[in-house]
Amino acid sequence: MADIFVVVEHRKGEVRDITFEMLFKASELCKESSHNLTAILLGGRDSAFLDDIAPWADRVITLEDERLENYNPDLYKEILHRLIQKHHPFLTFIGHTSFGMGFAPALSVKSGYPIATDCIDILIDNGRPMVTRQIYNGKVFSKDSFRESEGYIITLRQAVCTPEKTEERRGEVFKSELPPDLPEPRQEFMEFVEAGAGEVDISQADLLVSIGRGIGEEENVATVKELADLLGGVISCSRPVVDKNWLPSYHQVGTSGKSVKPKVYLALGISGAFQHVAGIAGAGTVIAVNKDKKAPIFRVSDYGIVDDLFKVVEALKVKLSG
Amino acid sequence: MNIIVCIKRVPMTQEADLEIDELEKDVKKDALPFVINDWDNYAIEEAVLLREKTGGTVTAVTIGTEEDEEILRRALAMGADKAIRIDPGDLGLDGFVTSRILAEVIKGGDYDLVLTGLQADDYNCGMVGMMLAEHLGIAHAAGVTGIEPEGREATIRVELEGGMDGVLKIRFPALMSVQTGINEPRYVSIMGIRKASKKELKVIKTGDLNLTEDDLAQRTTVEMVFLPPETEGAEIIEGDSSMVAEKIIRILAENGVSV
Ligand SMILES: Cc1cc2nc3c(=O)[nH]c(=O)nc-3n(C[C@H](O)[C@H](O)[C@H](O)COP(=O)(O)OP(=O)(O)OC[C@H]3O[C@@H](n4cnc5c(N)ncnc54)[C@H](O)[C@@H]3O)c2cc1C
Ligand SMILES: Nc1ncnc2c1ncn2[C@@H]1O[C@H](COP(=O)(O)O)[C@@H](O)[C@H]1O
Repeated sequence: MADIFVVVEHRKGEVRDITFEMLFKASELCKESSHNLTAILLGGRDSAFLDDIAPWADRVITLEDERLENYNPDLYKEILHRLIQKHHPFLTFIGHTSFGMGFAPALSVKSGYPIATDCIDILIDNGRPMVTRQIYNGKVFSKDSFRESEGYIITLRQAVCTPEKTEERRGEVFKSELPPDLPEPRQEFMEFVEAGAGEVDISQADLLVSIGRGIGEEENVATVKELADLLGGVISCSRPVVDKNWLPSYHQVGTSGKSVKPKVYLALGISGAFQHVAGIAGAGTVIAVNKDKKAPIFRVSDYGIVDDLFKVVEALKVKLSG
Repeated sequence: MNIIVCIKRVPMTQEADLEIDELEKDVKKDALPFVINDWDNYAIEEAVLLREKTGGTVTAVTIGTEEDEEILRRALAMGADKAIRIDPGDLGLDGFVTSRILAEVIKGGDYDLVLTGLQADDYNCGMVGMMLAEHLGIAHAAGVTGIEPEGREATIRVELEGGMDGVLKIRFPALMSVQTGINEPRYVSIMGIRKASKKELKVIKTGDLNLTEDDLAQRTTVEMVFLPPETEGAEIIEGDSSMVAEKIIRILAENGVSV
């Protein structure tokens, strides 16, 4: 019976949701395969959340040290590598988050265990994992296999499952000391910086009129802003609009922007990449306008209009002012 | 500071009606326009900006076909000093093999910083950067949105979720994968590209590198790709623009948004 490792992700003293999503996925796999679910908690002294994690796992291996309080890719990679060498886990789950993206592929090279990133599903087929991923920004799905190995690493996309505890696990806690011979980390965490608040708070709006790269030119932003004003809504956007400095960053919806919960979300020229739609899970009704009928945004919308967004914007303006 | 920037040419799929190829391993790409990966465009700009500040050289590298040289010439036009294309022949490439080849070409050279994109816009893996760093044995950071070099180290910003950044100090040599929005990539004209064609563009064959069969063996394989079912999802509103507008206003009202 081998282990399935889940690497706990935490920030500013709180466990992040992805941790429970991974624990849930791993527990489902453990049920089918009788593997041992082992949570790995690298954190500062007396991590307050040990009790939250323990009931989800058969055991928790925890290493506590001030240097692990804030994420350090070098230390995390080195410690996980040693745990892998010692326990030979069949699977190691890491979040496909900023945290995981910064060291999981390097850990794969170091340990020799192959990796698949940003997975949305995993099944075990003839003793080997097989993963489902999305490619081309969600327009196509892909099933990938691994070269045979003793163990495998998987990074899981955020919010692909809703954790539900169906059974209590033993949650035996093993505290280990940090190995004395850890290499000196080559980076040092300094501080967190929050993006400044802006004039508007998109997370409080009832109606968001949201624009994506389909807006084409900076001049067109004003056209849609007029529509948002006529509708009494607030303008928001996808990342490329902020990257181009067409709107300030506090207008951005998504994993690296804000999560929003308007009554209605009107998405204009947004393709519906996962990092964007993760931010609109709390929206009431989603209406999408996109000229590509296969745009992934339609899969998460209540209503879809397959057309040029400018035609729809103009027609709405005519109706509202006439 | 000597900087290596790894770049990839990818198909533009956002507005395309994609079809699956006969082997069911990828989409049909013949009719698709190809561009530089968006993230890599930011990486080139960042490399050139840093070189303008600190001196040194910028070398753009891609593993790709002769057609992919287009993005190397683009990088040269943006200000890169040298370009290298590594021809993979008919080798199958996954993130591991790609990073292993890049490492073989980069290692031992005189570099302080390697930049990659955070992810490529085709398979959205986000792994070549951190794998390459491990092959090279250097410090690494992913999703970088700001780089301030000071001697043998740099203060960098790493993007976290929810509009938060982490500030780190990192030692050179280092590899950083760049997030979009870190700068404003300069415009490249056809003239600029033509002028830059005088700069050095070296071609290396993978077969000439000192790589074993195991180095070039894919760690993951795409077994099949498919389009998601079209049936699920939104109720499509049809009709002329005026009818569509009316319907949208009705939906707003039904959902408690008064206009
Ligand atoms: C770590 C990380 C974090 C990220 N965080 C975020 C985030 O917080 N928020 C976010 O949005 N993205 C985020 N992204 C980027 C994300 O992956 C996508 O690249 C981005 O969401 C795409 O934005 P888009 O839909 O506006 O552009 P595209 O994907 O380019 O889509 C444009 C769409 O407009 C349509 N279109 C074009 N012209 C018209 C027209 N005239 N009328 C109608 N439709 C038209 C096209 O068919 C296409 O579907 C992140 C990425 C990474 C790697
Ligand atoms: N064929 C390639 N040649 C050069 N660099 C590449 C190649 N493929 C990927 N990269 C680099 O690795 C980054 C991440 O790609 P990926 O891991 O495929 O998502 C890209 O943004 C590039 O900087």
